Amino acid sequence: MINVGIDVGAKNIKIVALQDGKIVSKGHVLAGFETKDTSQALYNEVLKKANISPEEVNSITSTGSGRKAADFASNSVTEVTAAAKGATNMFPSARCVIDVGAEEGRTIRCDNDGKIIDFALNEKCAAGAGAFIEAMGRALEISIEDFGKISLQSNQEIPLNAQCAVFAESEVVSLLHSKTEKKDIAKAVNDAVASRITSMARKVGFEKDIILIGGMAKNTGFVAALTKALETDVIIPEDPEYILAYGAALLTGN
Amino acid sequence: MNIPTYKTEPLKCWNKAKELRNEFYKNYANAHENGGIRWAGGAWSFGAIPMGLGNDVYPLTGEPYGASIAFNKEFSLRCLEATEKKGYARDLCSYMRSYWGSIILDEFLFGGKFPKPDFMWQDHICCSHSKWYQVASELEGGIPTYSIDVAVGPYNEVTDSLIDYIVSQMHDGIEWLKKITGREYDDEKLIDAVYNECRTTSLWAEICVLNKTKPAPLDEKSMYSLYVLGTLEKHSKKVGDFYAEVLDEMKYRVENQIAATKHEVVRLISDTQPPWGFLNVFRYLENFGAVSVGSLYTFGLIGIWEDKPDGTWGARTTPQQKGIKIETRDQALRILADWNLSKPEWQHFYSPHQKSEMMIRIAKEWDLQGIMLHYNRGCEGLSVGIAENRLALIDAGYPVMTFEGNMRDEREFDSAKTMSRIDSFMETLGLKII
Repeated sequence: MINVGIDVGAKNIKIVALQDGKIVSKGHVLAGFETKDTSQALYNEVLKKANISPEEVNSITSTGSGRKAADFASNSVTEVTAAAKGATNMFPSARCVIDVGAEEGRTIRCDNDGKIIDFALNEKCAAGAGAFIEAMGRALEISIEDFGKISLQSNQEIPLNAQCAVFAESEVVSLLHSKTEKKDIAKAVNDAVASRITSMARKVGFEKDIILIGGMAKNTGFVAALTKALETDVIIPEDPEYILAYGAALLTGN
Repeated sequence: MNIPTYKTEPLKCWNKAKELRNEFYKNYANAHENGGIRWAGGAWSFGAIPMGLGNDVYPLTGEPYGASIAFNKEFSLRCLEATEKKGYARDLCSYMRSYWGSIILDEFLFGGKFPKPDFMWQDHICCSHSKWYQVASELEGGIPTYSIDVAVGPYNEVTDSLIDYIVSQMHDGIEWLKKITGREYDDEKLIDAVYNECRTTSLWAEICVLNKTKPAPLDEKSMYSLYVLGTLEKHSKKVGDFYAEVLDEMKYRVENQIAATKHEVVRLISDTQPPWGFLNVFRYLENFGAVSVGSLYTFGLIGIWEDKPDGTWGARTTPQQKGIKIETRDQALRILADWNLSKPEWQHFYSPHQKSEMMIRIAKEWDLQGIMLHYNRGCEGLSVGIAENRLALIDAGYPVMTFEGNMRDEREFDSAKTMSRIDSFMETLGLKII
């Protein structure tokens, strides 16, 4: 039984192929502007890597904000459902799932059976998502790969007062002009995002185990800030950015 | 999942509702040509009182007028921008900003110049009510304005002295009306209008009670087109007669299992004013078999309710049903004050817990499976405490979805994001598009 999950995110497309519930192939690519063609090309590539022919595929389930672009999918689910399914399937002890992607942050509370009890999403502001970190990285001239590492070098507490990514960027520029060190500003940015996400987690209520997924889980500085704000540890899967695609693949539409 | 399919049919009363609404705005605009009087005020104003001046006295109620503007997006934006250009802040009541914009532009939504009222007749319970008409008066060159303070506390704490406080303002208001219009005041006409208002608002509650039935005969989007008449002229016999017709039609639909929507898998309610320019939200729900059967807002903005002997929430018994004969001006005013103070939507100005209790009661009695709360940035009065309501509803075991928006400022509503959020909520309720 081959089941495929496609997560067409705001920035990246991720695909996971399962054979009898086990991951046999996966891949990701920048979504770009031609999302439909890019999704199809990545799908072909992921199948090819595992020597799977399209005829062998039993289900294709899409998720993500751009899921409609993957029109070759046989089924589609929302990001909330895919995230909860992926995380609770991988970690049955999961009671709270925190997913921070490029454009959206979300927290989901689940019961013992993995059923969603409540969820919260950020509003149209990007200040609780990865795009915010990218924008601040550009302002600081720090690569996104180094952002987390650099922020971990700081032990300063500098609150970012702005709640909006646009205004926060101007606040970061002001800090730069006042000769604040880049590591301290990077930490301030991670702290600000963690604070927003924590507030969402508190809105739905959380208990252990907490699973952190999405691309931002790879930002070590953010993870440190989040665990401090939550006052508890989080579990991060090996490939946190693939969990939505994995969850979608499990949701075969049956 | 078993998806029940019901027969459904358009509302027979639909066209009449539209006619009455159009007639209301036309009567107001043409009042002077016909020798009549125009007054402006809120939907909660004691509209029965100016009726004592004669049968040719026509109101324009501000909130429904503001809501109507939402359906003309080009005019709506011009109204909002005109108000901002004049220096008023963007976070004020968005009905009020739309209304002021219409005055500033000197354009009436229904055609022609904005028809100036002869006087303003308002009440005051939310933070914007009196200020709205104070500014409107200034923008229109100084229209005589009278406002009655009704913020005396929740109904379960009302005392005779608090009623006296309101009634004394009403008495003064009648003298003021005589002075500024130069007309005599007819107490018989006041008494008729008070009877009418009690009948109209009780009938609306009775209509809402029928939505406890499965399948629901009315959906929330359709309710908006009907309840609005009570926000225009709750004191008029015409509206009362119309609601009696609607009630008969609803009884017919209940008896014959005629549903509001083809599929009713889950029943929801919403809260506060909807984003008026995006009522397709409610139609979108229907794709999943989810029906919004109303809201505290649609039930309790004009509907007047009471506890029934069997413990359920039902339409308040009118003075005429109790056999009370109103014989004096003071008696009429006292009944009018007491009646309005029991309005559900007035209770939660004092405590969000009052609202939570009413919402949980609706959730139980109307047998709901979920609730959608509109975090409405356009109305501080009805949104205050809404996050508290969310927690209380969750504690009571009801799934809750929140979405941010603004009833009258479409610039603050993200339609795609809201639909996406509804998709997630529907999935958590176990629903998929049918």
